[in-house]
Amino acid sequence: MTPILEAHKVWKSFGSIRALRGITLDISENETVSIIGPNGAGKTTLLRILALLERPDKGWVRYRGEKVESGEKHRGEITMVFQNPAFFTGTVADNVGYGLKIRGMDKQTIRRKVREALRAVNLAGFEKRKIKALSGGEKQRVALARALCIEPRVLLLDEPTANLDPPNCERIRRVLKRIKKNITVVIASHHLGLAKTVADRVAYIHQGKLLEIGSPEQIFGKPRHRLTKLFVEGKLV
Amino acid sequence: MSEGLIPIVLRSLMVSGTATVLAATWSLPIAVKIGTTHFRGKKIVRDFFNAMIGIPTVALGLVLYLLLSREGALGFLNLLYTPSAIMLGQALLITPLMISFLMHAIEEVNPLIKETALTLGASEREANRVVLREAKKGSVLATVAGFNRAISELGIALMVGGNLAGTTRVMTTEISRVVSGGDIELAIQLTIVLLSIAFTSTLILNRLRGSE
Repeated sequence: MTPILEAHKVWKSFGSIRALRGITLDISENETVSIIGPNGAGKTTLLRILALLERPDKGWVRYRGEKVESGEKHRGEITMVFQNPAFFTGTVADNVGYGLKIRGMDKQTIRRKVREALRAVNLAGFEKRKIKALSGGEKQRVALARALCIEPRVLLLDEPTANLDPPNCERIRRVLKRIKKNITVVIASHHLGLAKTVADRVAYIHQGKLLEIGSPEQIFGKPRHRLTKLFVEGKLV
Repeated sequence: MSEGLIPIVLRSLMVSGTATVLAATWSLPIAVKIGTTHFRGKKIVRDFFNAMIGIPTVALGLVLYLLLSREGALGFLNLLYTPSAIMLGQALLITPLMISFLMHAIEEVNPLIKETALTLGASEREANRVVLREAKKGSVLATVAGFNRAISELGIALMVGGNLAGTTRVMTTEISRVVSGGDIELAIQLTIVLLSIAFTSTLILNRLRGSE
């Protein structure tokens, strides 16, 4: 199958810090890939490059077979939910419907799609609530609904369950399990449970290098690399 | 020759209001560009605009006078001693202030706001609009501060306006003129009006900020 999104020998530095060191990763259509690794491994940087928010110093990103020179053309098809999502001032509906509004959709369609997106993340009826009044878990789900509302081809999630309590983690996990059939999802997460139960493939990255990629069974059951083994056993954070 | 208080007040409001609008039209895109991008020398640019806030109005007035006078580079425009000359001068005067205030307000906005808009399919322009909306309080502050600075300056209005009755006479130039002529009562009346305008605009600003 032709990959929908490819990163080829991608290098990225911030000053003297080498965040990514020659990462190559192919992601197929409607596949869910989980990127795991310790703090500072480069997971977020990789996600930002795949989201076309950052340009690699070396290497390239290809989307649907086409080398990406500027993010502008594909934005909206590839969307990203950040670890600490930022919200526009206003209501839940204002936020979730933003992507549709800039596409020039009529108010009625926006209202319907916002309602559907909120229902998908178990937040039905939250349209008129102010963002400020939401809990951390609800905010995370609003951010997810906002991304899903525009029906992207690729959804990139950076630590979608970070700082959430177990019931909220479970809610996010259930939402991801439900939506993953029709969308390509890349999740960068510390939450190994999420990688085990949601991902089709798991990639382990360490100090900016992709050390291992395979099925969740292989990565968590028979990791090939010593560092992967240490990480999945919780001995490396 | 003297003219009534009301035409002078109205002219002042019109001239400084137009200058503020004019300054906002170029200050907004400049501030957004500087505020939302990272580039080498950004600190120098920011320091430059901050330093320019305190430029003496007579210095700017003199430069403009030399440019707009018949022998000057812009003499062909025939703007000297017209309300347009004062508008242009005041707009230039308040530009650093507006850029500085706007830049600060934009930099206070979470950078993820712009990136979120971009990942949801917004163009660069649409994403910048979102950032500006989030920086609304700072934008209002910049506009009111700019207007107050424009309406209360004297040097530019005097040097490129010439304080001509019926055309370029504004509150500050009239206060200066009537004080020289010994009419302290009118000077006090005009000063009260000037202060009232400045206070009212600040009160409106505080009201707007408080209502959010």
